[in-house]
Amino acid sequence: MQTEIVKGTDITYEYVHYDENGKVDFSETALRGVSLDVRPGQFIAILGHNGSGKSTLAKQINALLLPSTGTMVVDGHDTKDASKLWDIRQTAGMVFQNPDNQIIASVVEEDVGFGPENMGVPTKEIWHRVKRSLKAVGMWEKRGESPNRLSGGQKQRVAIAGVMAMEPKCIILDEPTAMLDPGGRKEVIDAALELNRERGITVILITHYMEEVIKADRVLVMDRGKVVLTGTPREVFSKVELLRKYRLSVPQVTQLGFELQKAGLDLPDGILTIQELVTELKRLRGGSDGNQD
Amino acid sequence: MGIRIEHLSYIYNEGTTFSKTALSDINLTIADGEFIGVIGHTGSGKSTLVQHLNGLNIPTSGKIYVDGKDIHKEKESLRSLKSKVGLVFQYPEHQLFESDVLKDVMFGPRNQGLSDSEAMMRAREALRLVGLDESVEKKSPFDLSGGQKRRAAIAGILAMEPSVLVLDEPTAGLDPKGRDEILDLTAELHEKKGISVILVSHSMEDVANYVSRIIVMDEGKILYDDTPEKVFVHVKELEAVGLAAPEMVYVMKALREEGFDVDYSADTVDLARREILGALAGKNRKC
Amino acid sequence: MLKDITLGQYYPGDSIIHRLDPRVKLLGTLVFLITLFVFGSPGAYVLASIALGVVISVSTVPFRYMVKGLRAIFLLMVITALFNLFLTPGTILFSFWRFRITEEGLRMAIHMIFRLSYLILGSSIMTLTTTPNQLTDGLETGLGFLKKIHVPVHEVSMMMSIALRFIPILMDETSKIMRAQEARGANFSEGGIIRRAKALVPLLVPLFISAFRRANDLAMAMEARGYHGGEGRTRMKPLSYHRKDMVAFAVMALYVLCQIGMKILKL
Repeated sequence: MQTEIVKGTDITYEYVHYDENGKVDFSETALRGVSLDVRPGQFIAILGHNGSGKSTLAKQINALLLPSTGTMVVDGHDTKDASKLWDIRQTAGMVFQNPDNQIIASVVEEDVGFGPENMGVPTKEIWHRVKRSLKAVGMWEKRGESPNRLSGGQKQRVAIAGVMAMEPKCIILDEPTAMLDPGGRKEVIDAALELNRERGITVILITHYMEEVIKADRVLVMDRGKVVLTGTPREVFSKVELLRKYRLSVPQVTQLGFELQKAGLDLPDGILTIQELVTELKRLRGGSDGNQD
Repeated sequence: MGIRIEHLSYIYNEGTTFSKTALSDINLTIADGEFIGVIGHTGSGKSTLVQHLNGLNIPTSGKIYVDGKDIHKEKESLRSLKSKVGLVFQYPEHQLFESDVLKDVMFGPRNQGLSDSEAMMRAREALRLVGLDESVEKKSPFDLSGGQKRRAAIAGILAMEPSVLVLDEPTAGLDPKGRDEILDLTAELHEKKGISVILVSHSMEDVANYVSRIIVMDEGKILYDDTPEKVFVHVKELEAVGLAAPEMVYVMKALREEGFDVDYSADTVDLARREILGALAGKNRKC
Repeated sequence: MLKDITLGQYYPGDSIIHRLDPRVKLLGTLVFLITLFVFGSPGAYVLASIALGVVISVSTVPFRYMVKGLRAIFLLMVITALFNLFLTPGTILFSFWRFRITEEGLRMAIHMIFRLSYLILGSSIMTLTTTPNQLTDGLETGLGFLKKIHVPVHEVSMMMSIALRFIPILMDETSKIMRAQEARGANFSEGGIIRRAKALVPLLVPLFISAFRRANDLAMAMEARGYHGGEGRTRMKPLSYHRKDMVAFAVMALYVLCQIGMKILKL
């Protein structure tokens, strides 16, 4: 019996470059023995610097890339099984980084209908799905607009709706906020979180914005094609110096907590929110009050 | 080299059904050697504003003076203006086109009319400034890593030896380390070369650490123009226009509400740490 | 100026023209274009003008918006007209230096200007009121019979609709790169032809690279959303003729009959 929706075992992947004669010119190893278990309904975040292999890993889950060695199993189907390819793509939907390069149609609602059309969903059902998906991301009012008139955050929400309309069990977001401003980033992350919370859809978020992963159930940190750190956000963010080594950072509050700890204050590791910090500082103050009394 | 902007307004597609006021009645003075952050959300007019500084946008009304001269009065001054005010666009690596990095960086100086050998000297110097060594000079710009590409593109502007450097969201799409590296680089250029730097960004955290003056833009107008500490006091107003103060300002605010004796103006992690340690020590002393 | 090309853009609206079946609009455009070339009398142009005027006003697309599309190819029209004006032999109206203007030439030039501008207005009214997806569907269904002789109708129409979607994006990109290179001192508007052609390199190289990157991304996004050709696809907006389409066919037939009638009556 299998419980994981995504299960990657010891995956390696090489990008092979060919010269003009079709011979192998050189190859780059993007993944070196990555294993990954995601259970249904989880919110997983994958962190890593540019070129750490996180996007390559994301594309493995959607069978856009296939492992050189190792296996990737999505909802019980091995991604190497070509006969299950379209089942896999339907199970694990994908949202990409550049909002302009993933919207195919010139009207919002038609774009959301593109996936179901490809799957051969009957017309009436397509309309139901389009409506449901656009409402879920708060874009129903814009259904008749041209995507060119939307903001970056709105475009990405349309892209999420486009995936939603395929009714996947799992959505992989590959740096969906990298090209957005703070307002747009929040819109997209909130939309993804809601799908996870309200509809129980598994969300795998790939990002290098630290604030976006605080609410994740589990965080994986990648460096040079390997998963180098994994744990809850608190566990991961308590390793401030290690993260810096991997070209990452921590949220500013966490950084502050860490600096105060270094200065000798008795604070716990991995403070994630302002409220936590204030509570801890109050405890310290109260503690010193107590000692003085 | 000072820049003075008087009653600048700019309307897109004037006279058509799509006309849109992008800037209205901007007044601004930028002195030599300043380090300024221009903050605003997408569509606030911040990019449109900085594209006026080197004459790329022509004002619908109003005047821009650089070195006391009206830049739109004579054609010649407009050309030399591009050398005075260097503008690094968003995702500048998208403009790389030459067969190798060195040639690409030479493009600007060559357009300024310099000889090949002079242009090459300038290009090499600029590449060293952004931290790219000789080994990349002969590489194709398209074989560089993302961060390197961006540096090469910035070098392309630096090679023109501007006295004002404007960077439009120079950290977009970079990872945290890459962000810090680019921002540190601009700070270094400001200090070492003494050039004025104008940093356009939508992130308060990014600029709070570096700049000494912040201009907040909203709907084509200047909302605030002051030191960071004074701007960040207006947390509510900033939020109302889709921006936020740096996270540290919120920490300080929360602490004050709980009776800690800390200063609002601590907008960086370092300042906040000092404030908190001070407040806790003060508490101990008082007892 | 590039931004002014309205051909291929969609202008959102809810007019009867917008709601017509795309096959009707395609056929209508085709019929209109054919009549432009077959019938060239002044009367025929009056009739064509009336037809075009009615369709444009019913479509609710602002006329000014449409004319902007003409402006972009104004130069092409002027050149064509000049060629016709000076190089057509015939009865000389007047001449100066080495140029002669003939009556035939003048007539040809006027014809050319009318034909070209009506051709563009006629086809833009179709693209302005039809979303690229509808257009694709219309082409695919309307030309479906070609599949039997192995013409890749679906693939071609899909390519077309994607091209149309990306035209505005690439134009934006063009102006962005142009400005970025201008900031580096590039000059796109001065010097002789060779210098100007050379000056385009810093624009074209980044533009091609970006277009390839976009194509690559898009292909991946389409694959991720289960696109695998036209086989087994259903439609969100399936095409079916309604009463308004039948009326449109009738109007079209009437228009053609009028044109033929005028030809016979030599009006």
